[in-house]
Amino acid sequence: MTAIDPTTLSAEVPVHRTKRPDWLGLALALALGIVVVIPLLVVAIWAFAEVWRYPSLLPQEFGFRFWQATLARPDVWNAMSLSLRLSITVTLLSALICLPAAYAFARMDFPGRNVLFLSFLASHAFPKFGLLVAIAGIFLNLGLISTFWGVVLIQLVGTLMMMIWIPVAAFQNVDRAMEEAARDAGAGPIRVFWSVSLPQAAPTIFAAVLLSFVGTFYETEGAWLIGAPEIRTMPVLMITYINNQIVVQYGAVLSVLLWVPSFIALMFTRRLVGSGSFAKGFGV
Amino acid sequence: MAQLTLKNLGKSFDDTDVIRDLSLDVADGELVCLLGPSGSGKSTVLRMVGGFETPNRGAILIDGEDVTRVPPEKRPTGMVFQSHALWSHMSVAGNVAFGLKLRGLPKAQILDKVQEALALVGLEGYGERRVWQLSGGQQQRVAIARALVLEPKILLLDEPFASLDQHLRERLREELRDIQRRLGITTLFVTHGQDEALALADRIVVLRSGEIEQVASPDRMYRAPQTRFVAGFIGSMNFLPCDMRGGVSDHPLFTVRAAVSDGPVELAIRPEALTLLPASGTGARVHRVTDYGTHLLVDVDLPDGGRLKAMCPPSARYETGQEVAPGASHVALFRGDAKLAEVTVERRVADHV
Ligand SMILES: Nc1ncnc2c1ncn2[C@@H]1O[C@H](COP(=O)(O)OP(=O)(O)O)[C@@H](O)[C@H]1O
Ligand SMILES: [Mg+2]
Repeated sequence: MTAIDPTTLSAEVPVHRTKRPDWLGLALALALGIVVVIPLLVVAIWAFAEVWRYPSLLPQEFGFRFWQATLARPDVWNAMSLSLRLSITVTLLSALICLPAAYAFARMDFPGRNVLFLSFLASHAFPKFGLLVAIAGIFLNLGLISTFWGVVLIQLVGTLMMMIWIPVAAFQNVDRAMEEAARDAGAGPIRVFWSVSLPQAAPTIFAAVLLSFVGTFYETEGAWLIGAPEIRTMPVLMITYINNQIVVQYGAVLSVLLWVPSFIALMFTRRLVGSGSFAKGFGV
Repeated sequence: MAQLTLKNLGKSFDDTDVIRDLSLDVADGELVCLLGPSGSGKSTVLRMVGGFETPNRGAILIDGEDVTRVPPEKRPTGMVFQSHALWSHMSVAGNVAFGLKLRGLPKAQILDKVQEALALVGLEGYGERRVWQLSGGQQQRVAIARALVLEPKILLLDEPFASLDQHLRERLREELRDIQRRLGITTLFVTHGQDEALALADRIVVLRSGEIEQVASPDRMYRAPQTRFVAGFIGSMNFLPCDMRGGVSDHPLFTVRAAVSDGPVELAIRPEALTLLPASGTGARVHRVTDYGTHLLVDVDLPDGGRLKAMCPPSARYETGQEVAPGASHVALFRGDAKLAEVTVERRVADHV
């Protein structure tokens, strides 16, 4: 188990167990499963297919030929390293900016608090592409187009909601008396944040950090619009392959490769989502 | 050690006065209980002393030094919260050591002090435990150790035992009393339980809607309540409304003589000040008898529809429906909220027997 406060566990809503199987639920789950799993399965099969001609349900030949071919390309490795550097930079910067801001939103009352909080979320209330095009125009003047930091900036905007909203709720769930007890023991406000609030909210915040890392890693619109042509992240590269090459397998191999980090992240978050504190995260 | 002075404190939340004008002196080594119903402002007073609320008016002095605007981390006060407020991401020792580390004490000295503090609250060897592995009583002990280890001048406790069961509450109360005596630490203790205040305090301060109702020793508070509110709030009390005419009460069962102007009054009588004698023609009948072993608690229905509680010796025998003549050895007279007089009365049984 992770360090989850037992009090948040006890606050969990009891699970209702009905004896009758829930047929509607089952059917929905099945339908969803088919819609989600079948395409994934097809892509996975494509990644290992060497020959797959039309009428056949399964490929005629399996093999790792396209894996070798894909992994032998230097642009794949460059994109991988770039994507990782980008995602780490964006997530760290986002945490650095958003966590103190989230704490301020959760704990302090200052003029314009609500307006500011809404403006953080507002970036997600409008069609994103329009916003991106407008920003691209500004970046062009600033010479940020097609640079690492230009992409960092645009992707940073994308993480704001996740990194503000969830941590705000996490900080609000921290027992105020715990913070006051730390003040009482001689800690100044910053020390209280670092030694009590942050560790107390850590499980939920960790989930938010993970989700924004994954979100950034797979982000394409901003990366493509601002980054092209110099900055090519993994997902952008994958799209290029799929668009430009008749060989489906290159794209399929990349996409299977890309599952790995998200799968690991999902496994981590799943445990945290189970805890009451994360579910409460959306009840701002 | 230390002395605490509250001078004309006032505090408002959203333009409502929660504390009006509160002045109080706590002597060195004294344990003062702030007692009052929920919402009377006890926590607000305590939190102002701890630095968690800033008073709108007045001043707080510790050893004569004005700390009204000093933030909590710089105040020589130590607080114990009702919810214990232990840091669940630290071990028990980590909780106790936190403040010492902030003060930059050498490691060896921190270890010693933590050991000592845990021993003081009877938790030797619990240092490596996680906070949630402890019982409620142990958690509250850790919270006390955490506050005491920093050697505050003033110890503040906000209903620290309220969430514990009766038995444990009484035990911790005694332990705290012993520790407080041994260290001689000036203490302000908030509670809404009158039994807790009576058991713990050197002096009790009864608060009502943000104002001090009475300050007195537990003994005086119980035996000589100065207002009707205190009389009703501390211990149990029978109130019998009647009129005074020419210095005599017109209650059919209790004739009280007192130099009081004519008008409505309430006779206040403790259950243990009542005696019940078998009688006829009084119209007062036994409604129920509860045997507590040490005493009987007898509910008596009065002819005017009121009810009396009387504490009787366990050897006495009463039947439900039996007619009795109640007599009081000690009566206080209240008009409105003010006490008018206190009298010891003779019983007027003879007429009825
Ligand atoms: N932070 C606050 N904001 C607004 N009102 C408050 C606040 N703290 C306390 N109050 C109000 O002040 C009154 C006294 O509260 P409190 O001191 O907690 O009472 P007690 O501890 O005696 O139960 C209550 O009516 C409460 O609603
Ligand atoms: Mg309170």
